Amino acid sequence: MLAAARCVVYRDLLLALRRRSDVATALLFFVIVASLFPLGIGAEPNLLRAIAPGVIWVAALLSSMLSLGRLFAADYDDGTLEQMLLGAAPLGVVAAAKAFAHWLVAGLPLVAIAPLIALQYDLAAQLYGVLALSLLLGTPVLSLIGAIGAALTLGLRGGGVLLSLLVLPLYVPVLIMGAGAVEMAAAGLGGGGQLLLLGAMLVIAAAFAPWAISAALRISLE
Amino acid sequence: MLEASNLECERGGRRLFRSLSLVLKPGEILRIAGANGSGKTSLLRILCGLAPPSAGEVRWQGTPIRSLKEEYARQLVYLGHAPAVKGDLTAAENLAVACRLAGLPAGESAVRAALERFGLSANGTPVRKLSQGQRRRAALARLELSEAVPLWLLDEPFSALDAQGVELLDGLFQQHLARGGAIVFTTHQDPGFSATHVVELG
Repeated sequence: MLAAARCVVYRDLLLALRRRSDVATALLFFVIVASLFPLGIGAEPNLLRAIAPGVIWVAALLSSMLSLGRLFAADYDDGTLEQMLLGAAPLGVVAAAKAFAHWLVAGLPLVAIAPLIALQYDLAAQLYGVLALSLLLGTPVLSLIGAIGAALTLGLRGGGVLLSLLVLPLYVPVLIMGAGAVEMAAAGLGGGGQLLLLGAMLVIAAAFAPWAISAALRISLE
Repeated sequence: MLEASNLECERGGRRLFRSLSLVLKPGEILRIAGANGSGKTSLLRILCGLAPPSAGEVRWQGTPIRSLKEEYARQLVYLGHAPAVKGDLTAAENLAVACRLAGLPAGESAVRAALERFGLSANGTPVRKLSQGQRRRAALARLELSEAVPLWLLDEPFSALDAQGVELLDGLFQQHLARGGAIVFTTHQDPGFSATHVVELG
């Protein structure tokens, strides 16, 4: 069972390595979206400092969603997904592995690069840790929830737009808690509560999303 | 070992077939024949459990496959209409991943031997640079490593293969049947050897 999960993660990482441009696109998208705001709003330090957590989190949301369309679509087109359904391991394990691989490729780089973006917004240095931690806890939830949407919209025409309509509202709690943690910490109240809630969301999503993803995949492949 | 009773399949409001029953014993081979759109692939997908039939039941060793789930999946190899190979991976990587997903052991030397038997070298060429027939061979090489799996379900295995490839596959079929395995395959042209059972659709 674990061998199958490891195999799927390894394969998806290998595919990402062979198509580095896809990974770079999502990361560059994040950087550019987050950089547009200071350019558009103007260099008013207090305003920038105030909007920084929200803007960075929204950019992370959009960038994580950008690569969701491809999560199952390629495997669906070439028949690999059918093989996963007929694999020796339960489909939930494979689904969790796919979501984990998506996070490694589309979520983890955001965590690493976020402090660099925060620099543009003149965010206080002691907030970098909270920002990175909130992204570290929140982006896996985005991958897990997004994978449910990707599985549901599989093989539909105009699935990309539908996917964003379906998934973005579900991202709202993560956005509120993630940006809230940084704002609270900036106000000197400590973001511990929000971070704990983000952690709880992660635990719940990790427990239930694989099951929902596999149910959605079965429906899409019938 | 494989039984289906009173299968019925509807696709897009059209009934493709009804009250279709079949029994497959060890060492037997079943050919599903029929014109394009007659439901060959649908029947195969029902038999491997990917799609549920509108009515009827498929049983494996007497147990409905719906209640067996992964237990049944471990007993079969399904090679579908799409070759299930990744264009960005090499033939060897594709084969190793496919085997590991199916829970089969896939040592490096075994993978290389299987590919060589199918006339593919285990070098670093990604599959997308191979021809259609070679891609087909890369997918079929999995059968070489699936000796222990009793049931083979193959969708158009002979398509895009040259004469030598057909002969190779034919040899694999005979070996598998001699081992007591069972094969179901679809084709719209005459394969050139006689199957134990033939289901004519349409």
